[in-house]
Amino acid sequence: MMGTLVVDILSWVLICAGSFFVITGAVGILRMPDVFSRMHAVSVIDTAGAVLLVLGLGLQAGSLLVVFKLVVVLGLLFFIGPVASHALAQAALQAGIEPKLDQDRRGQPVAGEMGLDNTANKQTNDAGTGSRTQ
Amino acid sequence: MRGKGSIGYILSLGFTLMAFWLAMSGHYTPFLLSVGVGCVLLCVWIAYRMHVADEEGQPIHLYSSAPRYWAWLWVEIFKSAIDVSRRIWHPSLPISPTMTRVRASQKTDVGLATYANSITLTPGTITTGVEDKILTVYALTREGADDVQSGEMDRKVSEFEGAD
Repeated sequence: MMGTLVVDILSWVLICAGSFFVITGAVGILRMPDVFSRMHAVSVIDTAGAVLLVLGLGLQAGSLLVVFKLVVVLGLLFFIGPVASHALAQAALQAGIEPKLDQDRRGQPVAGEMGLDNTANKQTNDAGTGSRTQ
Repeated sequence: MRGKGSIGYILSLGFTLMAFWLAMSGHYTPFLLSVGVGCVLLCVWIAYRMHVADEEGQPIHLYSSAPRYWAWLWVEIFKSAIDVSRRIWHPSLPISPTMTRVRASQKTDVGLATYANSITLTPGTITTGVEDKILTVYALTREGADDVQSGEMDRKVSEFEGAD
C-alpha cells in the first residue's frame, strides 16, 4: 500500500513537472520573436518535457515491457529531435530568413583556426549594442 | 571502405534488432519468434551488403563511455531547460540572440555528429551548420554563446570519443 502511494506521488510529480515544461514551451512559441528563437522554446518541450513525462508514465506502466517501449520512444526522440531541428534551422537560413540577432559573431575568426589557441577571441565580442535585456 | 564485415558490428546489429523485435512484439510463440529471427537475419544481411554495419551505425567502441557522457549531458540539458523556461516566463523576455562559430576538436564523424547534436539538444543553442569541423551555432542568449565558445562540451565529447 505505502509502496504504491509513493510510486503514485512520484509519478505525479514527474508528470506535472513534465507538463509544466510542455506548457512553458508552448508559451515560448507564442512569445518568441522569430522562427529561430521559437525553436529554442520547442527544445524545452522535447527534452525536459518529454523525459519527465516518459519517466512519470513509466512508473504507472506496471509492466517492464511497456517501460522498455517508453524508453525506446524517448531514445528515438533524442536522436531524431536534433536532426529535425538542424534541418529546420538550415532550411530557414537557406530560404533567406535572417534571424533577428542581438549580436553576430559569425564574421569573427574561429578559435583554433590558426592554431590551438582557444581563448583568443573571447574579449572582442561586445561590439553588439541594443541588448533586449535592457 | 571502413569496417566492412567486422564480426563485432554484425553481432551488435543483430543483437540490437532482436532485442527491438522482442520488446515490440510481446508475443513469444514459436512462429513469431522464428519470423523475428528471419527478419533480423535478412536485415543484417542487407546492412552487410550495403556496407553500413560499421563503426558509424554500431559505434561499439563508444558503448562503455556513453552512460557517463549521457549523464553529464542530461544535467546540462536540465540546467539550460530551466534557464530557457525562466526567460520564457519573464515579463520582459530577456533574450539576446547571438550567432557564432566554434571549432570542433573531434576526430571522427561520429564524434562530430555527437557534438553538433548535443549542442542542438541543449535548449538555448542550435547548430545550424557544419563545415570543415566549424560549427555555426545560434544561441538564444549571449551567455549561451559564451558557454559554447568556452569549449567545455567540445572537450567532454572529445573525451567521450577518445575513451575506450
